[in-house]
Amino acid sequence: MIDVKNVSYRYDEKQVLRHVSFTVYEGEFFGILGPNGSGKTTLIKLLSRELALQQGDIFVCGQHIETYKPKQYAKLIATLPQHTDVSFGYTVKEMVELGRYPYQSNLFPKWTKEDEQVVSDSLHAVTLAHKQHALLEQLSGGERQRAALARALAQQPCVLLLDEPTNHMDVAQQFKLLNLLKQSKLTIVAIFHDINIASLYCDRLLFLRDGKAVACGTPKELLNESMIASVFETNMKRYEHPVLPKPLVTFVPFLEEPMNDVLWHVNQNETMVVIETVKPFKVLSSALVGGGTRWATTFVNRHVPLDYRCDDAKQEMIQFLRQHGFDEQWTVGMMTAVCVNDVAFASVHEDVRLFVAVTAGVGNAVDSAQAWRRTDIIASPGTINTFIFIDAHLSEAAFVQALMTATEAKAKALYDKQVIDPQTYTIATGTSTDSTVIAASQQGTYYEYAGTITSIGKQIARLVYEATQTAIDRYRKRKGDIR
Amino acid sequence: MPKSFIQTFLNNYISASLIATIALLLGVSIGSQSIPFSSIWETLLHQFFHTPTNVPATVSQIIVAIRLPRVVLAFLIGASLALAGVAFQGLLKNVLADPYTIGVSSGAAVGAVLVFFFQLQFSILGRFTLPIVSIIFALVTLLFVLLFTRLAERNMAMETIVLIGIIINAFFGSLISLMVAFSGEELRQVISWLMGSVAMRGWSYVSLFVPFFIIGSLGLFAHIRELNAFSFGERVAANIGVHLLQKKLAILLSASLLTGGAVAVSGTIGFVGLVIPHMTRLICGANHRKLLPLSFLYGGTFLVLADVVARTIVSPRELPIGVITSLIGAPLFAILLFKSLRRKTGST
Repeated sequence: MIDVKNVSYRYDEKQVLRHVSFTVYEGEFFGILGPNGSGKTTLIKLLSRELALQQGDIFVCGQHIETYKPKQYAKLIATLPQHTDVSFGYTVKEMVELGRYPYQSNLFPKWTKEDEQVVSDSLHAVTLAHKQHALLEQLSGGERQRAALARALAQQPCVLLLDEPTNHMDVAQQFKLLNLLKQSKLTIVAIFHDINIASLYCDRLLFLRDGKAVACGTPKELLNESMIASVFETNMKRYEHPVLPKPLVTFVPFLEEPMNDVLWHVNQNETMVVIETVKPFKVLSSALVGGGTRWATTFVNRHVPLDYRCDDAKQEMIQFLRQHGFDEQWTVGMMTAVCVNDVAFASVHEDVRLFVAVTAGVGNAVDSAQAWRRTDIIASPGTINTFIFIDAHLSEAAFVQALMTATEAKAKALYDKQVIDPQTYTIATGTSTDSTVIAASQQGTYYEYAGTITSIGKQIARLVYEATQTAIDRYRKRKGDIR
Repeated sequence: MPKSFIQTFLNNYISASLIATIALLLGVSIGSQSIPFSSIWETLLHQFFHTPTNVPATVSQIIVAIRLPRVVLAFLIGASLALAGVAFQGLLKNVLADPYTIGVSSGAAVGAVLVFFFQLQFSILGRFTLPIVSIIFALVTLLFVLLFTRLAERNMAMETIVLIGIIINAFFGSLISLMVAFSGEELRQVISWLMGSVAMRGWSYVSLFVPFFIIGSLGLFAHIRELNAFSFGERVAANIGVHLLQKKLAILLSASLLTGGAVAVSGTIGFVGLVIPHMTRLICGANHRKLLPLSFLYGGTFLVLADVVARTIVSPRELPIGVITSLIGAPLFAILLFKSLRRKTGST
């Protein structure tokens, strides 16, 4: 559709584009990204023929752009500028009608039914039909931009060029406009400032830096931390969109000061064990409240009676947390029927500081390998709750490996304590409602991996193994006392 | 925007034509000797269809040779200045722009003052030396402005043209002052010419102006859609396929023909090109499809009525018509400016 070949451009002394080449395919949503002064707008101006080519060639639909007449070109390419000057006294429809200019003859222009239909369709497409007789100056910024888009659509172009189309728009307006563009099925070339919006909407991206095309490819290929660091000269972290297979990036605003010596406090009473961290920890957990990945400062292991039953345990737990003055946004909360006074702690301070807290009840121990033989569906209380705090910087993979390592260590502890699945009479690997928290301070030493043979994995396994054994001993002792 | 009854009434070609016709009749009727509408009607019929008439020969002579050419010239010049005003405002995207901003009228005025100063009289041109020299000067000035702008900036941005217009106005203004200072006994004639007048021009001046009037008007009426496009800025105009340089030149040339021709036959009559487009825009909105023809009609009407006032208010003496248009135009313009500023800042 569009072939840019070896294009260079200079304003007097300043070279703004250097040998830029890329191709935009038909129907593609193509994003141009780069820091200020990287030549993005100049590139769009060359494509819209607002600036004349100095060096290199641009082909649109196989034909060199300089061979098109102005009207021919306007039927092919429409431009939505960053900001449209509003001329006082024009209605929305009058502005959209301008888009039909290239279809009318010079000498005896005739306004046809088709012109009228296209204008009406364009107004409907941007959902401004009800405001077509309103004056432009009475519209909001977003509506004006949509009116300008309707004008561009009325040109019935093959390609739409956009220069930061969502500038000065609020979030809702931005997505409304972009959804509209995405649905239009036009070939779109757009400058974006927001890397994440570009990632969400663009099929492919072009990175410009100092007038050079640094990279061109899909968002998944280009949005990696080192690429962004080199193009935008800023530190960003990549993460994944929660519901779409799209990468997102986020900034690290400033370097956190290292935490002081005391990283966590433990408070303990009859109803709960509360571990509070001095600064937020990044958490991966299977907890009832705050499960999954989040940042948290408070970790609650709450004792509930053996016969605790609740339709909405999570909501009830949130209520409980609020009553005790915890902010559920910053809290990871679990329940256990085990007496929380039997909690076992283990810690180590060698290369890194680690701290593990385990409550264990094995009344409902399960051998995962034989569990398919079991007929019960509803889990009865047992529960081994494991909290692991690590003063280190873990990668996403390291979090998962830490979880695996901890689980294996727990299984081994159960094996060595000869915990039996009461239904299959085989050695159990856990209980039916176990829960684990991996919390890391995300400062200090960086660990890419935390498998069983890594230095950090070894420490995790050791502490979990020891603490779980202690907790099982205490549980058994209490059961024995009661008997 | 809810429209008042007056706005609705005026936003209509029939009303505008009716008002123009009444103004023309009034223009012929009112004067040192009052002439009833019926006599005007009879005389016109007699002139065109040779119907019998009871109107005395002296009265019909006044109508045909003096009043009618004067009123027609006033109408054409008013219409021309208003059209040129609309064109420059649309093209320059500047509501305060007028035919004088780009310096064409100053050029024409310099040409005229030169004729007075050196007592020029080309035998081929005869008594038309003054208007033709003025038109040539207007055209030369326009070409100079365009060339200068193009040299300064490839794109011919509007701001540049306005700036160069200001430079030219300042330079030519002082040139005229210099010549006036040297001229001595010719001073009064030059000054009265500079103030503008449509008095005692006769049909010959009308016929001299008509070719420029027709070419200029047609040129602008053919560019209504381009004028609308330019109102949204050159970027938008270029994006929808307007051939920028070509259309800009055509519009500027048409508007300058109208302005140059008008200045040549009637001197510098200010404010018509500023006030009429503004007023008309309030009535019909900014779309040139309606703005251009309505400004044409109201511009003509305005100058005919201004001329009536000019020759009756201190009768038997006459005021220069430019004095009247400035007296009416300047305060009205101030109000319009005030309103548009208030609108811009969002208060009501």
